[in-house]
Order: sequence, then C-alpha cells, then structure tokens
Amino acid sequence: MRLTGSQLRCVRGGREIFAGLDFTADAGEALAVVGANGAGKTSLLRLIAGLIAPAGGSVALAGGGDDLSPAEQAHYLGHRDALKSALSVLENLAFWRDALGGENADIGAALAAVGLDHIAQLPAAYLSAGQRRRLSIARLLAVKRPIWLLDEPTASLDAHGQAMLADLMRAHLGGGGVIVAATHLPLGIPARELRIGERA
Amino acid sequence: MTALFALLRRDIQVALRIGGGALIGVLFFLIVVVLMPFAVGPDLALLKKLGPAILWLGALLASLLTLDRLFAADHDDGSLDLLTMSRTPLELVCLTKAIAHWLVAGLPLIVATPILGLLLNLDGDATLAVALTLLAGTPALTFTGMIGAALAVALRRGGLLLAVLVLPLSIPVLIFGVAASNAAVLEPAGFGAPLSILCALSLAGLVIGPLAAAASLRHGLD
Amino acid sequence: MTLIDLANPTRFLSLTAKILPWLAAATAILLAVGLYQSAMAPDDYQQGATVKIMFIHVPNAWLSMFVWGVMSLSALGTLVWRHPLADVSAKAAAPIGAAFTFLALVTGSLWGRPMWGTYWEWDARLTSVLILFLMYLGLIALWRAVEDPSRAARAAAVLTLVGAINIPIIKFSVDWWNTLHQPASVLRMGGSTLDKAFLIPLLVMAVAFSLLFVTLHLAAMRNEILRRRVRALQMQQASQPRA
Repeated sequence: MRLTGSQLRCVRGGREIFAGLDFTADAGEALAVVGANGAGKTSLLRLIAGLIAPAGGSVALAGGGDDLSPAEQAHYLGHRDALKSALSVLENLAFWRDALGGENADIGAALAAVGLDHIAQLPAAYLSAGQRRRLSIARLLAVKRPIWLLDEPTASLDAHGQAMLADLMRAHLGGGGVIVAATHLPLGIPARELRIGERA
Repeated sequence: MTALFALLRRDIQVALRIGGGALIGVLFFLIVVVLMPFAVGPDLALLKKLGPAILWLGALLASLLTLDRLFAADHDDGSLDLLTMSRTPLELVCLTKAIAHWLVAGLPLIVATPILGLLLNLDGDATLAVALTLLAGTPALTFTGMIGAALAVALRRGGLLLAVLVLPLSIPVLIFGVAASNAAVLEPAGFGAPLSILCALSLAGLVIGPLAAAASLRHGLD
Repeated sequence: MTLIDLANPTRFLSLTAKILPWLAAATAILLAVGLYQSAMAPDDYQQGATVKIMFIHVPNAWLSMFVWGVMSLSALGTLVWRHPLADVSAKAAAPIGAAFTFLALVTGSLWGRPMWGTYWEWDARLTSVLILFLMYLGLIALWRAVEDPSRAARAAAVLTLVGAINIPIIKFSVDWWNTLHQPASVLRMGGSTLDKAFLIPLLVMAVAFSLLFVTLHLAAMRNEILRRRVRALQMQQASQPRA
C-alpha cells in the first residue's frame, strides 16, 4: 500500500500556499511534515483528508479499497476534538465508532489503551485538554483505517501521554498503516521528513 | 445505516441535554404567540380570525431560531470534518440532521398548538386544522432552513444572515399553511388543495434541502 | 443559631433534615383544614359553587408574586452580600414559583370558563400572571443554559432583579392596555370585599400554601446542594490519574 501526492497545489483565500508538492508514504512509514507556522502543514493534511479541494494535482492510495477515496480510508486528528460536552466519554466514542464504520470494535479496549476507561461514564465536559486529546486518539483505535493524518498530535499531552501516543503510532505502523503528521516537536518514532515552505 | 441512526441519536441526545433542551423552542413559540394580542388588542373575535396566522408565524420564527445551530455546532467542534470523511454521503448526513432537528424543534411546536389555540380563542376544529398543517409544513421549513444554515455555517453573524436567506424561501409554506388552516374553518371543501401543496413542498424540500446543504457545506469547509 | 451558621451547607443540610418532617406535617394538616373549610363555605349568590376555586387560585396567585420576591432577596444575597447559599435558594425557588404561577393560571382559566364561556380571556390580571409565568420559564431556561452554577447564579440574579423592577411596570401597562379595549369590565375575580365566611378559609389556605412553599423550597435547596457535591466529586474523579 502506498499513499502518493503528485504535484499538489493549494490555494487558500487567493494566496498560493504551496505548489508542485510531491510525496510518497509506503505501508509502515511515517511522514513528518515540518515547516514554519503558516507554511501549509495543516492545509496539506486537510487536503489529503479531502476537506480542501486541491487547486492542482491529486492524492491517491494504491493498494487500498478500490471504491473508497483516500479520505474515506483516513483518520484525521485535527486541532479540534469533535467531542460533545453533553455526552459521556463512552457515548462520544461509541458515536464515532458507529459513524465512521467501526462496526463491532471494542471501545472499552480503546479507552483502556489511552487510559480513560476509569472515567468512561463521565460527561466529556469534565475532561481536561489532555484527556480530550486522548479521547480523540481513542477514536483512531476504535475504527481501523490505514491512514492516520495527525495535526500536532502531541499538543496538550504530558510526557506520559506522548509516550503512549508513540507506542500507538508504532503499533499502527507495525500493522502496515501509514502516518502523515504535521509537527513542531519530535514524534517519538522514526519518520521521514517532508519540508513545506522552504524556498531556496 | 448504523452510522445514520447513530447520528440521529446523538443529535437528539445533545439537543435534549444542553441549555434549555427542546423546550426552549416551545417557550419562544409561546412568547411570540402571547405578544400578538398586545399588538392587536385582546378582542377575542379578532384573535380567533388571526389565530392560524399567528400560530404559523410563531412556528416559523421558532424553528428559524433553532436552525442556527444545526450545522454551526458541528462545524465549530470539528465534527463536520470527520462526518465528511465517514463513508456515508454528506447528503444523507444532512438529511439525518434535519430529521433530528425536526423531531426536537418542530414536533414540540405541534404538540404545544392546542394550548396556544386556547389562548387565541380558537375552537377545536381550527386548532386541529392548524396542528395538521404544521405537521405537513414544518418539515418544509426545516429542509429549506437547512440550506441557509449550511450557507451561513462559518459566519459570525450567521443567525441574521440565515434568517434573511431562509425567510423568502419559507413564504410559500406560510401561504399554504395559513390558507389550509383558514379553509378548514371557513370552507372545509377547500382544505385538501392547500394541504396537498404543503405536503408537496415538504417532499420537495426533503430532496432539494440535503442536496443543496451538502453542496454548501463542501464549499464552506475550505 | 445565627444566619452565618446557615451559610455553611453542611449545617444547613443537618438543620433542614431535622425540621423538614415537621414542616411537611404542618403543611399537610393546614392544607387539609383549609380544604375542609373551603368545602364547607357557602356558595356565592352569583357564581354558585365555582367561586370556591378562588380558595386555590388566589393563594397561588399571591405565592407566584411572593416567590419572585424570595428570589429577588436571594439575588441580592448573591450579588451584594455574597451569601454562599443565596444562589442555591434562588435556583431552587424558580421551578416552585413557576408551578404556583401555572396553577394560578389553570385555576383562573377554569374559574373563568363559567363566567366568560371560554377558557381564556385576555383580562388584565390573568394576562399579567401569564407574563409572569413566561418570565419564570425564561429564568429557568437561563439557569439550565449556563454550565457552571456560579456563573449561572450571577446571570440569573441580574435577570431576577430586573424582572422584579419590571413586574410593576408590566402590571401597570397591561392594566392600561386592558382598559383601552374593554371599557365594560367583566366580573372581577375574587371581588374586593370578602365576607368573613370566605375570608377565613382563604387565609388558612394562603398560610397552608405558604408553608407548602417553604417545605418544598428547603427540600429543593437540599437537593441542589447534594447535586453540586456530586458534580464536584465527578470533577475530582476526572482529574485523578488512573489507579
């Protein structure tokens, strides 16, 4: 399985963010997207996620499901957590499992893996920022998708949380998944660098 | 299918648990209806005549107010992004959200109609007629309103823009809704035609609404 | 036992746990006596037996105003004196006040039916009570809309005081509006002079309903305090690391 981007061009608000961008990521590979603030790291991730239409070029997943777009085979972990404060931790995760096609996935195990199983019944309103991030990460475990698109995944996580995330990413790569992560900080796993916005 | 049922359930759960819950829409409906006699005077005969119109205007404004958050909440917390990446078409997602909205915001208005009919001195027949026309017409209001909600999703003063966009589209529903209600009281033979048109408008909205809303949302996600 | 002692929620809970059963018993007895006396009172020469709805309607109408007064005092307690239990008192009183107002409306409507021929008439007094009811509902909606109880308390306190100032203004304007459109006054509900045969049951019922309010209010305050403790415990549990 291979995720490729060819000659990608991104235009936001009339301004060209990047152009002629190529990248590849094979199964078991992690790509770390680095660059200055505003260089277009988030835009690239959202482009792969299908949330932005590219002004040029294309993204393709070879070896994935034939009738599914790359976006439908990807998880997107953005800055916002997609959690409803009125629902409990368990209800939030159960919803995303159902909505994203996780079928009979064991969300109890997912919550345990991120260290939130002891407060599964608590309303999400009472969670700290780090706990909300962990709950979002649990979503990636509850539904199996080959591509993980992570935008600053270590933000809000303490050292323990970052180590946990690194373990989960290693497991995902070990299972043949692909990770594309935009980050300022070290991810904790070996990753190839993709630089955006540096012009000679 | 499981995905859509899960979405329906979540939207209803959230709507019932937060803020004033479902009843805030009914409360607004009640207040708007109560305001009318202060404006037109407490003459019961006049109120009886205006009753269906007052109830319809109240229902229109009440459902408009609750439409504002239809997509905005999911847009703000990032849920909309993830829903577009689910394997269900965005059109069906929009349809499901509209149905959830109608169940939580539209249906309570219909249930509240008999009590409000009492305040406006409407007799049993008239109240039943208004309730029936609301049942047939409020889905149309939700579906057309959904389009405006999708267009205004990312904007700050979205609520006002939404109203400006949606109200003209709602005029046919209002016309036939009031016409059907009045016909039920004055000349029962003429009730069927406007009611059928009302149903047709709702059914047309059922198709056009989700299509237009999904297209607008994709535009707005950029 | 000073007021400052009551400021402590734990002492409040233990104190009310002791006196609440007595209050409840006294309320029940007075209500029973009042209802009996109401049933025994003579029929009105004009309205017949329906006038007896007055014995429920009038105390409820008085209480709907009185409870807003209690909430206003609580609001001052929150904003001015920073009494710890003031907002608990305000929040607990709102639904009870709304219920009394609703009962006043329903009994008023039932009372009016034989007189007016409809269940509703836009007469000044009933309309004012309806507006008061809407204000109660709005206040309850505000309490529920804000997540954090202490922020909700300040917002609700402001709204309560604004409402208290507005109630006489609204009453006055509704009266004026009513005279504009209805020069011939309908039979006034509950007339200005009452025969002693009516007055005593009415006063007994008024005291009984007031006691009912006090009982319910204290019970609701207890519930609110306990509810907040549960919430605090939940938040504490959330912030603890996994065992």
